Amino acid sequence: MTDTTIDVSRDGPTAILRVRGEITSGSESALMAAYGQAAGAKAVVLDFASLEYMNSGGIGLLVTLLVRAQRDGQRLFAVGLSEHYRQILALTRLDEAIAIHDSETAALAAASA
Amino acid sequence: MTSPDPRAPRDQASWAKPVDRLTTTASGAASDTVTGRRVAGPVQGFGQLWQKSFAVRIPSDEHSPEAVVAHWKERFPTFWPRGARFYAPLAGISPGEVALLEVAPVPGSPVKMSTGVMVIYVDHESFTFMTPEGHALAAWITFSAYRDGDDTVAQAQALERTSDPLVELSYLLGANRANDGFWEQTLANLARSLGVAEPVVQSTRVCVDKRRQWRYASNVRHSPAVHMTVSTLTAPARWVRRRRVTG
Repeated sequence: MTDTTIDVSRDGPTAILRVRGEITSGSESALMAAYGQAAGAKAVVLDFASLEYMNSGGIGLLVTLLVRAQRDGQRLFAVGLSEHYRQILALTRLDEAIAIHDSETAALAAASA
Repeated sequence: MTSPDPRAPRDQASWAKPVDRLTTTASGAASDTVTGRRVAGPVQGFGQLWQKSFAVRIPSDEHSPEAVVAHWKERFPTFWPRGARFYAPLAGISPGEVALLEVAPVPGSPVKMSTGVMVIYVDHESFTFMTPEGHALAAWITFSAYRDGDDTVAQAQALERTSDPLVELSYLLGANRANDGFWEQTLANLARSLGVAEPVVQSTRVCVDKRRQWRYASNVRHSPAVHMTVSTLTAPARWVRRRRVTG
C-alpha cells in the first residue's frame, strides 16, 4: 500500500502541496484530492522536501497533474527536491514544464511575478 | 566492496541517470537512428495525450509478480508480434540502457522504421521505457505485474502523445487502434509463454488531454518517414551531382 500524505496550504493566490512519503500510481487519489483543494489558485507549488520514494508510476501521476494544471491555467512549481529527484525530473524532461526552485520563498516569488 | 549509502532513497538504483544524448550498446539492427538523439516523453510530444492499459491474468500459484516481470525482461523481444524486432542492449533491460527497434509504421507494411527506447526505470515488479526523438510516439511505457486474488496480473501501461502532426494524422486514421493491437498481442504472447492457453487481454484507453501541443509540431524534423521521403525525392539530384563530380 502506498504511504502518501499531502498537506495543502495557501499563500495568497498560490497553493502549496507538501508531499510526504511516497509517490506511486497508488498515490493518485491523495494527489488529486490535494490538487482539488488548490482549485482557483493561480499557481501550485509542490514541496518534495519530505519525499521518500517515487517510482515510474509516480512520475506518470505528475504528468497527469501537469495536464490538469495547464488546463486550469495554473503554473506548476517544484521545491525541496533532493539531487536524486532533480535528476529524475531532468531524465524525464519534466523539468521543462515544471519550474524547479531551491526554496519555497523563491517559488512563491516566481509565482507572483 | 562498499556498502550502500543508508541515506540514499530506496528508489535510487532503479532510476537511470539523465543523459544529454543517447548512445547504445545494442547491435543487429539495420540502422541506428537513436545515437545522438535526446529522449522525448509525453511533455515533448505533439498529439493528444493517451493513457492506455493492457492487462492479462496469469495463475499466481505458478507465477509470482516478481517472476513474471523477470521472465518478461529476460525474454522481452520474443513476445513482440511478428515483423517487429527488439534489439536488446548488452546489459539487458537495465536502467540507462538503450535498445534499438524495427517496427512497421503501418501493420503489415514491408517497410520498417528504425527507432529505439531508453530504459529509465527498473525494479522487481516493473520496468519503464522512454522514447527518443524521431520515434512515432513521445511516450513512457511501464511493464509491471501485481497480485490480484488468485492471479498475477501482467500489464503494460502507456502514457503517450504522437510525436508530430504526421503521426497524429495516422493515429486519427487508425494507427492508434493498430498500436493497441500491438500491445494486446504482446501481452497474449507473454501469457501463452507462461502456460495460459487462451489469454484474455483487457484494454483501456483514456484521452487525458485532448489538446495538441502545436509548439512541438516541429518535431516532424526528426521523423524517419520525412527523412526517408526527402532522401527518396532527392536521390536523382544526388545521382546527377555524383556523375558530374566523377565524370
